[in-house]
Amino acid sequence: MTVVLETTNLSKRFTGLIATNDVSLRIEKGARHALIGPNGAGKTTLINLLTGVMKPSGGRILLDGEDITNVPTHKRVRLGIVRTFQINQLFGDLTPLETIGLAVSERRGQGLDWWRIVGSRSDLTSECVEILERFHLTDVIEERTAVLPYGKQRLLEIAVAIACRPRVLLLDEPAAGVPEDERHEILNAVAALPEDVTVLLIEHDMDIVFSFADRISVLVNGGLFVEGTPEEVARDPRVKAVYLGEEPVDA
Amino acid sequence: MIPPRPTILAATEWLSARARWHPLEFVFWIVAFAAIWLLPDRHLILTEIAWLGLFALSLDLILGYAGIISLGHAAFFGFGAYIAALLAKYEIVNEPVLALLIAGVGAMALGFVTSFLVLRGSDLTRLMVTLGVALLLRELANRFGWLTGGADGLQGAIIKPLFGTFRFDMFGHTGYVYSVTVLFILFLIARRLVNSPFGLSLMSVKGNPLRASAIGISVDSRMVAIYTVAAGYAGIAGALLAQTTAFASLEMFSFDRSADLLLVLIIGGAGYLYGGLIGAIIFKVMQDYLSALTPQYWPFWIGLVLVVIVLVGRDRITMWTTPFRRLAARLDWRAAARRAAAASSQGQKP
Amino acid sequence: MLTILFDGIAYGMLLFVLASGLAVTLGLMNFVNLAHGSFAMAGGYITVVLVNWLGLPFFASLPLAFAGSAAIGFIFERTLYVHVYKKSHLDQVLFTIGLVFMSVAALDYIMGSSQVFVQVPTYLQGQFNFLGVGIGRYRLLIIVICGLLTIALQFILAGTRFGSRLRAAVDDSRVARGLGINVNRIFAFTFAFGSGLAGLGGALGVEILGLDPTFPLKFMIYFLIVVTVGGTSSITGPFLASLLLGISDVAGKYYVPTLGSFVIYTIMIVVLIWRPQGLFSRASSR
Repeated sequence: MTVVLETTNLSKRFTGLIATNDVSLRIEKGARHALIGPNGAGKTTLINLLTGVMKPSGGRILLDGEDITNVPTHKRVRLGIVRTFQINQLFGDLTPLETIGLAVSERRGQGLDWWRIVGSRSDLTSECVEILERFHLTDVIEERTAVLPYGKQRLLEIAVAIACRPRVLLLDEPAAGVPEDERHEILNAVAALPEDVTVLLIEHDMDIVFSFADRISVLVNGGLFVEGTPEEVARDPRVKAVYLGEEPVDA
Repeated sequence: MIPPRPTILAATEWLSARARWHPLEFVFWIVAFAAIWLLPDRHLILTEIAWLGLFALSLDLILGYAGIISLGHAAFFGFGAYIAALLAKYEIVNEPVLALLIAGVGAMALGFVTSFLVLRGSDLTRLMVTLGVALLLRELANRFGWLTGGADGLQGAIIKPLFGTFRFDMFGHTGYVYSVTVLFILFLIARRLVNSPFGLSLMSVKGNPLRASAIGISVDSRMVAIYTVAAGYAGIAGALLAQTTAFASLEMFSFDRSADLLLVLIIGGAGYLYGGLIGAIIFKVMQDYLSALTPQYWPFWIGLVLVVIVLVGRDRITMWTTPFRRLAARLDWRAAARRAAAASSQGQKP
Repeated sequence: MLTILFDGIAYGMLLFVLASGLAVTLGLMNFVNLAHGSFAMAGGYITVVLVNWLGLPFFASLPLAFAGSAAIGFIFERTLYVHVYKKSHLDQVLFTIGLVFMSVAALDYIMGSSQVFVQVPTYLQGQFNFLGVGIGRYRLLIIVICGLLTIALQFILAGTRFGSRLRAAVDDSRVARGLGINVNRIFAFTFAFGSGLAGLGGALGVEILGLDPTFPLKFMIYFLIVVTVGGTSSITGPFLASLLLGISDVAGKYYVPTLGSFVIYTIMIVVLIWRPQGLFSRASSR
């Protein structure tokens, strides 16, 4: 049982609002860890803190025991922490092939090459094609991302993250906004993630959560409320109370 | 149904499609160089178009490819001009090409130092900061009049012959050959740069910096890099002006110059490298024509053109060029042949 | 030295009146109006024409300068600016630069390119001595008028319903619209009012700043400094920034004349690096 990602007393305060309240989280290597909670509980804020998009007001973040609290976002990606966004954040004018290509060449340290034409390295190109094939995006490989259907964009969102070969993957509501008939593709893609990648999943859909996760943390008002296996969390009356709006037994 | 896997050949073709030389590009440069022999009595204005085009190209690198709005790009232009003029006047460097390179390096250094100012803040902050730097340089050049000639400009610089043999004549013959060659070489480098992985990452930073940093791209260092390069290009453009006219003046740093430059790039269109060059041609021709009509009030017409362009909408103007672009695409028989080859390698009919 | 301070305060308050309209425009519609100085120039020239050519008393020309610039602002806003609000910042910059060029060339054509002066009434000329400090009469007038205007502005913003609607619209125009506040009408009025203030400032400033057709270009940077350093979320921010700018500029030019405006530009760059959102503004929630 090795802990790959850990936070100690992580907090984030805005004027008048505590978005993240003393969160101490430990995620094991290879885990399928879900983060759930009512709207506004601070789940995306936590992801932002973990990836360096926001600076914490207090506490520390440790990756494999190393303190990464002050490491900038792009360096964290090199260290292996990669995320997807709840609302697609893609490059509208680039094609999926170019997008994956960027991620792969950055990862390989070739992103600063300014003297050679894009695509001149066939090993890089073949890796891109292989990733796109894995995510069933080869039929739109050459189209501008902005004109793709939403489900395809969502798949691309995950594919880009995978292209970075993450050690820890933070998925922020991967199925959000995807029409019913395209959801299964997303879910299959998530289920097919490599075993050695540690996954932290934010989701609202409880079916997905319970079928996917081996451990669940419940976030309420920025703080960790309940943690445990899916069975434990499902049975816990306080969790039901929080979701149904009743006062929790002990706050 | 899962579509067939594309071949590496096809994928490579798609990726490098942006970088392929279009036949019209060959035409453009052939005409540019042919003008040396075909239009000898227009060499003076052609020289102006050359350095203005290079200057606009440098702005395209930061505005069109990295999304940085600068109101003070003339800072690097003027800096390069003064370096070249000073090197010539005090006979520190006698070979113009060497002086040109030094001016470029100096402007790059200035660009590097000021690049950190444009990293943070909103569009307005960037406007302010870039404008402030240009005005600051102008102030400095003004105050150090004993060196720079102050408000009268730097006079008395004598540009020695190019490579010791080609004298700069007053008809601009040497000047044009020199300028268009420098422009072409720097254009080739820029073209390589924007079609490289680095260039692609710039486009990603411009389009979605949040996403770019989420795949490991250091947004700040890319911006610093391209800003530095663009500053160097602008400095070389300024040096070309100084060397072909043997003069440098404060107004090379002025807001007017930066504003005119924006217009030049916008007329031609930002983001595809030729916009600055085409814009320079149109601008200079317009200026030539309108200055003959109303020499003093020419800024009025520039202003009017700017206002009209914005009101009509820059996208609508590019829409008018769509028939030309479609024609250009159909003329590209080489690209069609390659697509056919790629498709047949997949076992599909082209 | 106190005279310098006094002069600096006068200069600063004049800058504030000139730039306040720009601060509200920027804060309200996030619109970068580089042509703000053109409205100031209009007010200045209106006063020059009224006083020098038509013989109107100086004080009478001031409200007319205000009204004239406000009217010009209103017309331009309704006919031209309104089409540019939704466009990108680059487009706004290009558009307003175009207007500046047009106005500079137009005034050059109409009024000639040399600097103009206004006949200030004799009782406003010269200095008098107060506690050993030389007080310029005209500058004293500026401080009085601009001080009253500032107080009036603060009252309007804080004490009237229009003011609270305006502040709401500046803070979050989407929410304000949702509350039924007619943001467009508020903006049209505020733009006109801000242009009028600029015109008044231009009229007052002829004597101190000098007036020629290149006025908008020369002073553009000053107005921009005021709004970026002072921020746009209050009146006090730009007010303090204007004072800071005025005093530094006057003191800088007096004590270190070799550097001139160098001081101002450096201060601006330093401030913008240190606090990109402005020295005095709250961090924007947008």
